[in-house]
Order: sequence, then C-alpha cells, then structure tokens
Amino acid sequence: MTPQPANQIEATIRTESVRSAQNQGPDAKIKVSVRNLNFFYGKLQALHNISLDIPERQVMAFIGPSGCGKSTFLRTLNRMNDTIPETRAEGAVVIDDNNIYAPATDVVSLRRKVGMIFQKSNPFPKSIFENVAYGIRINQISRNNADLNERVEKALRNAALWGEVKDRLKTSAFGLSGGQQQRLCIARALAVEPEVVLMDEPASALDPIATQKIEELIVELKKDYTIVIVTHNMQQAARVSDKTSFFLLGKLIESNPTKKMFTKPDEKLTEDYITGRFG
Amino acid sequence: MQNEINQKHTLLENTGNTGIQHVGKRRQLINTLMTGLTAACTFLTIALLLMILGYILVRGASSISLQFLIDTPKPVGEGGGIGNAILGSLMMTAAASIIGLPISILAGVYLAEYGNGWFGRTVRFVADTMTGIPSIIVGIFVFTVFVLPMGRQSGLAGAVALAIIMLPIVARTTEEMIRLVPNSMREGALALGAPNWRVTWDIVLPAAKSGIATGAMLAVARVTGETAPLLFTALNSRFYNLYMDQPMASLTVQIYNYATGPFEVEWKMAWAATLILMLLILVINVIVRYLTRKRF
Repeated sequence: MTPQPANQIEATIRTESVRSAQNQGPDAKIKVSVRNLNFFYGKLQALHNISLDIPERQVMAFIGPSGCGKSTFLRTLNRMNDTIPETRAEGAVVIDDNNIYAPATDVVSLRRKVGMIFQKSNPFPKSIFENVAYGIRINQISRNNADLNERVEKALRNAALWGEVKDRLKTSAFGLSGGQQQRLCIARALAVEPEVVLMDEPASALDPIATQKIEELIVELKKDYTIVIVTHNMQQAARVSDKTSFFLLGKLIESNPTKKMFTKPDEKLTEDYITGRFG
Repeated sequence: MQNEINQKHTLLENTGNTGIQHVGKRRQLINTLMTGLTAACTFLTIALLLMILGYILVRGASSISLQFLIDTPKPVGEGGGIGNAILGSLMMTAAASIIGLPISILAGVYLAEYGNGWFGRTVRFVADTMTGIPSIIVGIFVFTVFVLPMGRQSGLAGAVALAIIMLPIVARTTEEMIRLVPNSMREGALALGAPNWRVTWDIVLPAAKSGIATGAMLAVARVTGETAPLLFTALNSRFYNLYMDQPMASLTVQIYNYATGPFEVEWKMAWAATLILMLLILVINVIVRYLTRKRF
C-alpha cells in the first residue's frame, strides 16, 4: 500500500458519509449482485440459477434446511470454493461493478475485500496478538509497529474482545473460550478492513450468552460493513438481519425484508419452513 | 398391535434382571482380559527395550574413558579409541541431514498441499517403495553412481547414501503431519487474502512443526545407526579426517569392525562404542525436541 495523500483520505471519508446517508432509506445501494449463478461439485449441481442483490451496510441472512446450498452460496461470494477440487461456477457475482468470476480477477485481493467468519472458530496456532496482526502483516497494511498495535487494538475493540484479552495478548489463542475464539476470528477478519463480511453459522457452536454477544456485534458491525450471515436459527435471522433469503434444494425460493419474511412471506414453501412444517 | 406389545412385555419379563447381569459380567470379563493383554504387550515391548539398553550400559560403561573417546583406533594391545569414528558419524549424519532434510520436507509439503494428481500419486508410491528397500542396496547404488566415477570412497558418498535413506521416510512423515493440520486453518488464512505459499509457510508449517521435527529426528536416528550403506561408500578410516572427499570412519562401521574381530579387548570397545552411539542419538533427540517444542 502506498501512503494516501491527505485530500484523498478526506475524499474517501466524504464518499463514505454520503454512502451511509444513502443507506438510511429502504433503497440501499447494492453491494453484491448475483446473476444466474450455477454451482457444481463435480457433476452434482449444488446451486441452481441464483440471482440475488445484497444491499450495502445491511445484514442479509440466509436460511434453509441442511444441505440446501446456503453455505455453498456464501462461499461463492469470496470464491472460497476454489479450494475444493473439481468445483465449477457459472454465472456472475458482481461486487462493486467487478465480476469476481471474470478471468482477470485476483482472488487474493478479492478475499481481502470480502472477509469470512467460519462455523467453527479457527484461530491460528499463534498468540492472540499475532492472530489479529496476521492479516495486517500479509497485506502490508501497517508501515510501523505503532500503527500495527493500533490496528490490532481497534479490531479487538470492534469485536468486543479487547477488555477480555488486553492483558494476555502474548498468550496462545487456544487458551481462549469458544466464544472468545470466535470473536478473535471476527477481529482477525475485521483487521484487514474488508467491505463485506461473510459469516457461516458463526454462533452455532456457542452457548446462548456467547451467541448474544456475537449477535449484538453483528448489529453493531453493519454500520461499517455489509454482512451476509448463514444461520440455522430462525430466531437469530429475525433478530439480526434486515433482509432474509430462503434456500431450498439449491434454489433461492424467496428473498425479502426480514419482517415480511417472518410475517407475510410471498411463497408457501417459505411459510412452511418458517412455521416448522418441514426442515 | 396390542398383542405384539404384550408379547414384547412377556419377553422382557422373561429375560428380566438376571439376563442383564449375565451379559454385564461377560463383558466385564472380556474387558479385563483385553486390558490385561494390551498391558502385558506394552510391558513386554518396554521390557525388551530396557533390557537392551541395560545390557549395553552394563557391558559398555566399564570401557569408556576420556582416552577412549578421543583416541583413534590402534593395533590390539595399544589401547585406541573411537574419537575419529564419533567425529565421522557426526559429520556424515550432519551432511546427510543438510542434503536430505530440505529436499524431503519440501517434497512432503508438495505431496500434502498439491500432490493430488497423478504425479503426486506416483511420487507417493515410489516413496513408499523406497522406504522398503534394504539399506545395503542404497549403498551399492551410491557406490555405482558416485564412488566409481569419483574413484574412491568418501565421507560425502556415505552422506549421500544416508540422505537417500532419509528421503522417503521424512517426505512421507512430513506429508502426514501436514495433512493433520485442519483445513479450517488454511481457509482462515486464505479468507484474509493470504496467497497459497504464505498459508503454507506461515500457518501450515508452524502448526505441523513439531510433528515434522519428530519425523526428521526418527530418520536422523535411523541413519546414525546405519552400517550397511556406509560399508561401500564411506569405507572406514583409522585417522581423524575433516575432509568429506576422503574415506571416513563412523561409529557403526567401527563397531562392526571391533565386534567381528578376534580379540576380547575389541569386543569390549565395540560395546562401549555402541553405548556412545546410543547416547549420541539420545542427545540429538533431546536437543531437537527442546528446540521445536510447542509454544502455542
């Protein structure tokens, strides 16, 4: 990263504030736009012709029964599925006017822009500090140690973990509780300042108190980030999300504002699923 | 329907408590027997090891002196020692590690991270086959392709032979250790925008570090104890030798020479040299384990 001149930073701040002002209304700017996406594991088609718009600085929740493709779909948004051999995607995923499946796309910089939190917390076998610093180091965001320390602290504060770990930054990340480890992973993802944060059932392995902390965090984070969350827990989707999409057998059945989804869904299938008639 | 339930009911009553107790006792008996059997086998294994170690200690310790540790071999009756053999073993093992470990560890990384195609499968098969090749054949191989063109046996030829023996062992253990690193850790790093090579270097290798070191150590210990591949390649030497292009003494070949000699003095020295060889391997092991201990 080259140092940004002051006026450029100011310009960035101005556009940011304009953007968030635009997002006050119901017609938020679209951050991620998916068109006719098909996805295959070998010969097995896991996603069928999915088109969906994800608005900026809101929380979009994906719900659906196990194996419906919601996690697969989430992982197409930062091309994480590329790491699985013999997978193939057709169609377009456009983030900020760039089709991420275009041949020219640099996957590494895409993933820096689109961060990800996994179902099972996956801290590195390093200290708490180094876990958060890792993304900053590999992307060469910091130019000196003071800046690095500052960014690590900020990320930990954003993940509501700073108070609990500030006196033990040099100790192993594996010494933290499950909920703390998950928030550490969130801090690690936030440290590289992504624009979109993908969360794959981030609270499924946590107890209710840790889950509540993560949920509060999600609501807090949407001020700055576009968040997409996969969840099995419909109450959770109702609590944290602005929009909800319902997947079934690799197809997108319905995507609507969360309130509407849980009160007057357009589709019969959605209603059946939400009321617990199957799934 | 009702009939069926009634039938089940009577069945349960008939077997009753006694049946459950009977099964429980049988299982307990088998459990006790199997636990005892595994414990006995464990004891036997450890006892054999301790007996070997104890026997070597008893037979070898009496002949060890400072003189013995620094002297070169001398004609029978004039004393003599294994100083040059210790040095030779250390030098050749070190050289073999320098040649063999980087290649085999990198090969293991390749097999684990990228080796899912036909090439990886072939390399894996060849490595497994190589592990089973008797070490004397490696000695003959190095003699043919290395010693003959060079015109003489040398410490370097010995080191090459030892390195070849290390290759498949370390490559395969490295691969296994790297495969044990959970994929979620790789994905975590990739999701931060880390390129593949950095994920391997920063995350996977450190996580597999102590396992890889253990595998490498087992291989080093194994080749330190090899005699056959050195017979044709490093030969032996009666003198201190710092040049790798000259024939070089080694503890194992020295032990072989002393043990197959006709004199009792030499047999005693063979025992003492064996003890030293074991201590050497032990020390290398302890040092490396300390250096690669888990910190996080």
